[in-house]
Formats: sequence, structure tokens, C-alpha cells
Amino acid sequence: MGEALSVTQVNLDRQRAVVAVLREFLSEEEVLWREEETRPYECDGLTAYRHVPMVVALPSTEQQVQRILKTCHAMDVPVVPRGAGTGLSGGALPLGDGVLLSMAKFMRVVRIDPAARIAVVQPGVRNAAISDVVAPFGLYYAPDPSSQIACSIGGNVAENSGGVHCLKYGLTVHNVLRVRGYTIDGEPIEFGSEALDAPGYDLLALVIGSEGLLAVTTEITVKLLPRPQQAKVIMASFDDVERAGNAVAAIIAAGIVPAGLEMMDKPATRAVEEFVHAGYDLEAAAILLCESDGSPEEVEDEIARMTQVLEASGATRISVSRNETERLRFWSGRKAAFGAMGRISPDYYCMDGTIPRKRLGEVLNFIAQMESKYGLRCPNVFHAGDGNLHPLILFDANDPAQLARTEQFAAEVLGKCIEVGGTITGEHGVGVEKIDQMCVQFGSAELEVFRAVKRAFDPKGLLNPGKAVPTLSRCAEFGRMHVRAGKLPHPELPRF
Amino acid sequence: MAEAAEAIAARIRDAARDRRPLRLRGGGTKDFYGGAPSGEILDARAYSGIVAYEPSELVVTARCGTPLAELESALDASGQMLAFEPPHFGPAATLGGCIAAGLSGPRRASAGALRDFVLGVRVVDGRGQLLSFGGRVMKNVAGYDLSRLVAGSLGTLGMIVEASLKVLPKPVAECMLRLEMPEGRAIEAMNRWAGQPLPISATAWQGGVLAVRLSGAASALREAAARLGGERSEGPSMQALWQGIREQTDPFFAGADPLWRLSLPTASAPLGLPGAQLIEWNGGLRWLKTSSPAQAVRDAAHGVGGHATIFRGSDRSAGVFSPLSPALARLHRELKAVFDPAGILNPGRLDAKS
Repeated sequence: MGEALSVTQVNLDRQRAVVAVLREFLSEEEVLWREEETRPYECDGLTAYRHVPMVVALPSTEQQVQRILKTCHAMDVPVVPRGAGTGLSGGALPLGDGVLLSMAKFMRVVRIDPAARIAVVQPGVRNAAISDVVAPFGLYYAPDPSSQIACSIGGNVAENSGGVHCLKYGLTVHNVLRVRGYTIDGEPIEFGSEALDAPGYDLLALVIGSEGLLAVTTEITVKLLPRPQQAKVIMASFDDVERAGNAVAAIIAAGIVPAGLEMMDKPATRAVEEFVHAGYDLEAAAILLCESDGSPEEVEDEIARMTQVLEASGATRISVSRNETERLRFWSGRKAAFGAMGRISPDYYCMDGTIPRKRLGEVLNFIAQMESKYGLRCPNVFHAGDGNLHPLILFDANDPAQLARTEQFAAEVLGKCIEVGGTITGEHGVGVEKIDQMCVQFGSAELEVFRAVKRAFDPKGLLNPGKAVPTLSRCAEFGRMHVRAGKLPHPELPRF
Repeated sequence: MAEAAEAIAARIRDAARDRRPLRLRGGGTKDFYGGAPSGEILDARAYSGIVAYEPSELVVTARCGTPLAELESALDASGQMLAFEPPHFGPAATLGGCIAAGLSGPRRASAGALRDFVLGVRVVDGRGQLLSFGGRVMKNVAGYDLSRLVAGSLGTLGMIVEASLKVLPKPVAECMLRLEMPEGRAIEAMNRWAGQPLPISATAWQGGVLAVRLSGAASALREAAARLGGERSEGPSMQALWQGIREQTDPFFAGADPLWRLSLPTASAPLGLPGAQLIEWNGGLRWLKTSSPAQAVRDAAHGVGGHATIFRGSDRSAGVFSPLSPALARLHRELKAVFDPAGILNPGRLDAKS
């Protein structure tokens, strides 16, 4: 985590000047600057970091977005784009000398083309709303982050969001055909197309997951899939976490790609069971949720094959959902996991590392050691199919010592993820939260290429600065404090 | 092997210093694709071999010079595949060339494109620096997604020396249906079926016949075949058809007429251009053999929101690829300069100015 961005006191003269220019084309309600109005925007889903923005702009047309960007570009004012504010890495943390550009008013579904299986939507449309609106055509939008009832598609594009079904159906980058928007200087730009590819470099893949650093999105064409006729989920109990991990590998090795493959450890199931009564086996060391979807015959086949593999892998109890209500109930605990942690602890801190699945046992043991080292509990929920871990450290933010211990705990776990050949973030993004760990995951040559890519889109560095890619000096400072195994990560940098 | 990688980096460093253009090349099977190659050949084949493959992780990592056929047979031995079915265009095709060309085969519309399966790359840029982007895990959003940017960049951003790809299990069963119908109805049918939960893994229409490949559980195939109708076949004759389309050895691709690759929104109505057509990807990919002027072909493709590439054929004066908007062209130049400031890597291969 590291410290939040340096606090900038709002410069009142500057604020007046920026508000005056924005008011030339935005109404009073569309430009917020009094603290009581801007305070609600001080953080996103990562509430440990807060910062009141200098100005909040709430445009409702693309022309207004373009003028806001041109204005800020001309006045050298940083711009932080924001969707629904559900992000978990502080990607929409405002700047005290910047404009927070809220895309919340861009809520229109522009066009649905059921024959071409696409929907054209504005960035403020909620993820789940897309599936709702295309449901009459038997279609849906596949990526389903846990926050899907609240998070917006614009934010999903910025973060390349995943969900519990992405092993089979992919991430945002696999389900978006076209993104239209503006670069920081107000130039209109379009990445991808409604065809399956576009000429030149794949800038669509580059801009998806760029955490709002390269362009502001104003319209998105998403790919829609036919809704499977049926889905069933198996809930399997294991008396050992590592055995559950091996069962996951065995399912994949058997040539099955389940629609969903999730794991929860005992502390996690106990926390959620009290909250949602999903019917989880509270004696199991870990439970697996394995979903199959397709035609009824296909689902029967796959459930039978998975059951066989799970039994051979030592499952102690297996239940298969008998109907849709039961299927949703089995999932309800997993989907409510984060919320449930909020009930058993004042605060929780969610990690997002991804590891090669075969290292799961080792990493979970490491997390258990960290629990005793830092004296903090850490239940685990895990997108087992694709190796994406969400350990949740429980702490009390009112105790500064606990917050500091949580940060160290998290940093050690992320370091472990890198060590076993994984990554610090699978789907939540780097934001401000993991910016120091970027210095560990990447060498200085790669980081310099990232900075150069940023300059190609935004030479002045005004769009969401301070997120996603650390500066050279930040890595030098971080390296000075965190010498790993006696080896400096960036020996070529001057130290101070 | 480390020496072979270092030799590649050293060659690029020297060439950058002297500003000598390099022509990055694997087996040379895709020399025909894109702008005409020029410069001294930098052969990728010395750096070869599978680095890591664990079927239960669904990931394979291999070096650029690895023959594509060798890689695919290693996957096949474990019941897995490259789901984007890349064309080889000859036995010499390498993994590096495959990723640099970025081409996908018949399964693309259902399984995804080559870039969708790229998890990470190691690449030597135009300064001769070895860079590593992405990784060997399924989900990774740390840093910009430069491994997907490099896929399909035709070697203009760097020499891809190693790549990690997501692999998938091969389908349990496959069969093919052939249905007679004219172009317009075939396009309509392919799109309608793609919106229904059917196990369709590839489609191809030519000469009034629509071929549909089904892949999945035997039960799902039976059910779908009964619903869609047509003449059912499986086994070698089915495999020969899809292999012929994937590798462009199908009789359609023979002859001297220029071959255009039209990439269009899948449901676009027939364009009505003169010449012969083979349509794949539910209508999203239309191969056109025509002697129509380039501008007429491009106008038709652009008119429906697609783009047109001269895939094979000699007259390339109109440019191989559809031109980019000025804003995108500027970003392309800037990104090229980030990776290859001396402009020595495959100059002119992606467009006349790169």
C-alpha cells in the first residue's frame, strides 16, 4: 500500500479559476466545489485512502467531456476519471489540485443489436444492467465482478475486470469490441471496431485495463453471449486446503473448463454462513464451488465427470444444486463474502494476487504464517480456476498500529505472489494501493516503457497521475526501504 | 539458449547503433503478409524450445523459434490445443512468427483471437533491451497490457523471444453439418445461431454451401445436429475441409486473383462486390478474390464499419491495410518510437510509415 498521494491543500484561487471556466459550459449542479459537495467523492471502494478533490465535474454529454478535458489540458489541471466508485485499488482517488471527472450521468444504453450480439452503452451503465436489458433476446454480458449490481462498464474497461466465470468466458478485454473516448487533449479517439479486429496495433487491448491513464471512455461496444440453457453447481467439501487445490488441478487435467471454479476456506465459509445461510459445510477446511453450464445433457455429463474427479480427489461431501434457487443460494455466500467480512470485523483489506495454481498450498501456508506473525486474521476466497486469490485481512482502521501491520502483511503476501511466478493484481488493478509493489514485479526497463507509453497518450501526465505506474524516484525510495533478500531490486538507481 | 537470446539482443543493439534495418523472421511462411519485408534477416529459429508446459495450469511457455507444429503436437499429446487455430502456412512456421502475425483460424469467432490467449511475452525492443510483460498466469492486470499490443504488430515493436499462452482442452467430439443456402441467408443463419446456446465452433460458407462445425460433448452435438439439420459428416473429410480453410490450401484459395481479407461486423449484409467469396467467423471474416479496384473494396468494407487487407496479390500500391484515422496514426508513430526509436525493426511491414 504505502502512503497515499501527498496531500495537496486546495488552492482557493486556482479552484475559483477552474470553476469559472467550467461554469461557462456546465451548470451549477454540474460543477461541485464546496467541501460538503465534494466530500462524498473523497474515496472509491478502497476507503483507507481519502482525498477531497478540488472540483468535481458531472458532465452529461460527450461535448462537455471534451471541453472539460481541453480546459484542464490548457490549464495544466490533472483529471481523475471516476465510474461508480466501486474500485478496490484507489484508481479513482481524487487529487486535491485536480478535477474529478464523474461519468455517472452517462447511463444510456445507446443501441442493442441482437442479430450482431452487441450492445453499445455509455460508460456509466451498470454491469448487471447490460445483462438485464438484453435478457429478452436470450443474451447476456459475461464478465461478472462481485460488485456487478453497482459497478459501471466504464470502470470495468478501466480495470479489465473479471469475475467468477472468467476461466471460461474471459475478462473485460475478451468481451469488448470497441471503446470510444477522448485523449487528455480532447481529441476524439476510437479503439477497436464492431468487426472482430481492427487494422494496426491492438490499442483496444492496451486501453482496456489502463486504469484511466490513457483516455477517457465515453462509449463502449460489448459482446453479448447466448445465455446457457442451464447451469448447475457442485459444492464439495475437503478436510484439507491443499487437497482442495489438487482437486482443482485434477478437474482441469481431466479436460474440463468449468463455468466457475471457486474456493473458500473455513474462516471464510463460517463468516458468510452466519450472514447469508448458504448451507455451507462449516466443518470442511475448504469448500469448492464448481459450476457447469450448457444444454441440459451437457450439464449432466459435465457434473457427472466433475463429481467423479472430486470424489477421486478426496472430497468429503458433495452436493449438486437441484434447482436454480439452490444454485443461487450456493453462490450467494461466495458473492457476499466481502460484505460478510464487514460484519465480523470493523475493516477488511482485500488482496488480489494471482499465482500458478500448483503453488496454492505453499502460498496459503505462507498466509497462515503471516496471520500469526502480524496477529491478524485472514480468511481466503479464491477464484481457484484461474489462480486469483482474494485473502481478506481483518483489521480495525481506528487503530493505526493495526493499519500499519495490515499494510506490511499485504506487502509480504504480494511479494510471495511474485516470488512464486504470479502477479500482484489479477483483476482489481494497481491504482494507488499496489503502486510500490509494481517496483518489485517489474524491472526498471519495463517501468520506463510503461512511462513512455503513458507519455505517448498524455505527454503532460495530466490524466489520473500517480496511479498504476510508479515514478523512478518512488521505486528508488521504496527499494531503499524494502531490500529483498539482501538484493536491491533496482541496483542501477541512485539512492538517497 | 541464453546465448542465443543474447545474440539476438546484440544484433539489434548493433543495428540500432548503425541504423541498419532488420527483417525479423522465423520460418518465413508469412513473408507474403503485410508490407514488403526489407533489411538484413534476423533469424529467430536458433532460439527454440518449449520452456514450460503444465497441462493442469492451462499454460504453455515457449521460445520464438519453436516450430508451431512441434508446439501443437506437444499440446495434442496432453489433449490440449491452441484454441485460436492459427494458420501455419507451411511446415516451417514458428511460434514467434505466429504471434507477430496475429492471425487466427476457424475457431476464432467462438473461442477468441490469438491475442485473447496471450498471457505474457518476453521481447527484445529496438534498443536491444530484453523486456518482460504479462506473465504465466490467467489473470494479470499489473501494468499496461503490452503483451497483447505486441501480438499482431508484425515485428515492428520488437522481437518476441518467448511467449506464454493460455491453452484449452480439445473438444470431446466434433462433427460437421453442410446446408445449402445462398450468401444472405447463410449470414443471417450464422448470426442467429451464434445468439443461441449451440456448440458451434466454426462456420464457412462458399459456393452456396454453409459448413458448420460443432464441438463439445457428444450429447450436445446430437441435439444441435438434430435442430440445425443438413448433411452430417465427421472424421477425415471434415478435418480436411477445416484444415484447408485454416491453411488456405482449399481450392478456393488457388488462382492468380488478388486475395482480400475483409473484417466486418458479423451481421453485415452481402457487400455485392464482384468475385468469389469464402465467408468465415459467422460473417465476420470474408475472403474475397476479386479484380475490383482497391478503393472500391475498401469503400465497401469501411461503409459497414469494417476494414480490408490485401492478403495475397501483387499490387500493393494502395497500401496493404486500411488506413488509420489521423489520431490513431499519431499514436502508432509514438508507440513505434517508444519501442524502436531508430526505426530499424521490420520497417514498412505494418504500414508504409512504420
